[in-house]
Amino acid sequence: MIAIIDYGVGNLFSLAHSLKAVGAQAVVTGDAKEISRAERVILPGVGAFGDAAKKLRETGLDTLVREIAGHGTPVMGICLGMQLLLDRSFEFGEHIGLGLIPGEVRPIAEVIPAELKIPHIGWNALDIRAPHPIFANVRPGDCVYFVHSYYGARCDESVIATAEYGAPLTAAVARGNVCGCQFHPEKSGDVGLGILKAFCEWDGDAAC
Amino acid sequence: MITKRIIPCLDVKDGRVVKGVNFLGLADVSSPVKLAEYYSKCGADELVFYDITASAEGRALFTDILRQVAERVFIPLTVGGGINTVDDFDRVLKCGADKVSVNSGAIRNPALIPAAAERYGSQCVVISADVKRVDGEYRVFAKGGREDTGMEAVSWIARCVANGAGEVVLNSIDTDGVKGGFDLEMLDAVCQAVNVPVIASGGAGCIQDFVTLFKALPKVDAGLAASIFHFGEVQISDLKRVLRENGITVRL
Repeated sequence: MIAIIDYGVGNLFSLAHSLKAVGAQAVVTGDAKEISRAERVILPGVGAFGDAAKKLRETGLDTLVREIAGHGTPVMGICLGMQLLLDRSFEFGEHIGLGLIPGEVRPIAEVIPAELKIPHIGWNALDIRAPHPIFANVRPGDCVYFVHSYYGARCDESVIATAEYGAPLTAAVARGNVCGCQFHPEKSGDVGLGILKAFCEWDGDAAC
Repeated sequence: MITKRIIPCLDVKDGRVVKGVNFLGLADVSSPVKLAEYYSKCGADELVFYDITASAEGRALFTDILRQVAERVFIPLTVGGGINTVDDFDRVLKCGADKVSVNSGAIRNPALIPAAAERYGSQCVVISADVKRVDGEYRVFAKGGREDTGMEAVSWIARCVANGAGEVVLNSIDTDGVKGGFDLEMLDAVCQAVNVPVIASGGAGCIQDFVTLFKALPKVDAGLAASIFHFGEVQISDLKRVLRENGITVRL
């Protein structure tokens, strides 16, 4: 069973159905017991970092996600959910993240040329920086769907994929049994489904 | 680098796709679900559904169908038609839409775009403008292109973007249905006025029209069309192959 953490942000319809499409049993839940029992956990999210971090804190889910990650359960953050895994964010002020992966969330505008549009929205190719089990079904040149105005900076050796948009933007990160995608696998066609399928089969061991 | 997007547009009325005829290898061409699955397999980068139903029963049917599409098709879905309130946004987003396109609703109520952008984020709000040349200027038309609002189009679109719209669909009434190519002049004027993605609509007649569009106007992010895809005149896979041969970055 995969728990998709519901903490009141974003629309989880497509994510739940994309997991069903790859044969996984998924439940959308905010219940601590149910989340703790799950074999794998997905932290989704859209919207602003500050609001989302506050909701996680208020519901106690921040502590729960840290505990689960500490026990070795595979965890995947998606979009804002990936950003929440990092140490802190500078989106509208400064906010503390879960600190499961080193790095901080900064505006794309700081690193891309001024003529490029923000948000970075659309299909972009994944440049794999380090092999990882979640990329088992990804081929060179495969594209995934992005929508974001902030990115994971200073993630250093945790970066496992980037996407070129005037600068190599962090597309995916991983450390131990925790990983995150800036893009939306649930909106990235067959390539995205392949990544979700690989996550569903991943035991949390980072070695390929 | 980010790829140029190819977007088929499906007009849905009372739960069926309008204009969906003569489709190779597809038995039920008026089923929005079947057509969406077909396009997704062929390499469409995104799908736009316009609900042109007038009745409340039709609206309920539409959200039902949207849910069925979103359960099976895992690419971005944009929904337009009859979006007048933030509740309308809510209704379609809960059924799996990723973006919501507003047209007449934003003309009638200028507060709609800022309210929706604040609640759901700019990435979710698309301004769709029907524009036609009148007396030497670009005018915004309402009610499916039937009513001249008297508003100058480029400044209206720029205002919508400043108010929170995160993407623009520019439909040229002058080139729509003519199949003589996109309205490059009008698109250029809008591209110079905004810094959000611009989707070209109206006038695509053949593959070359898309090549010309992206070559002439590198700032255009996507090309949208309906009948040339629905009638099988242009296959999306062929279109993308030719675009790539012409040095345009696409997702294959």
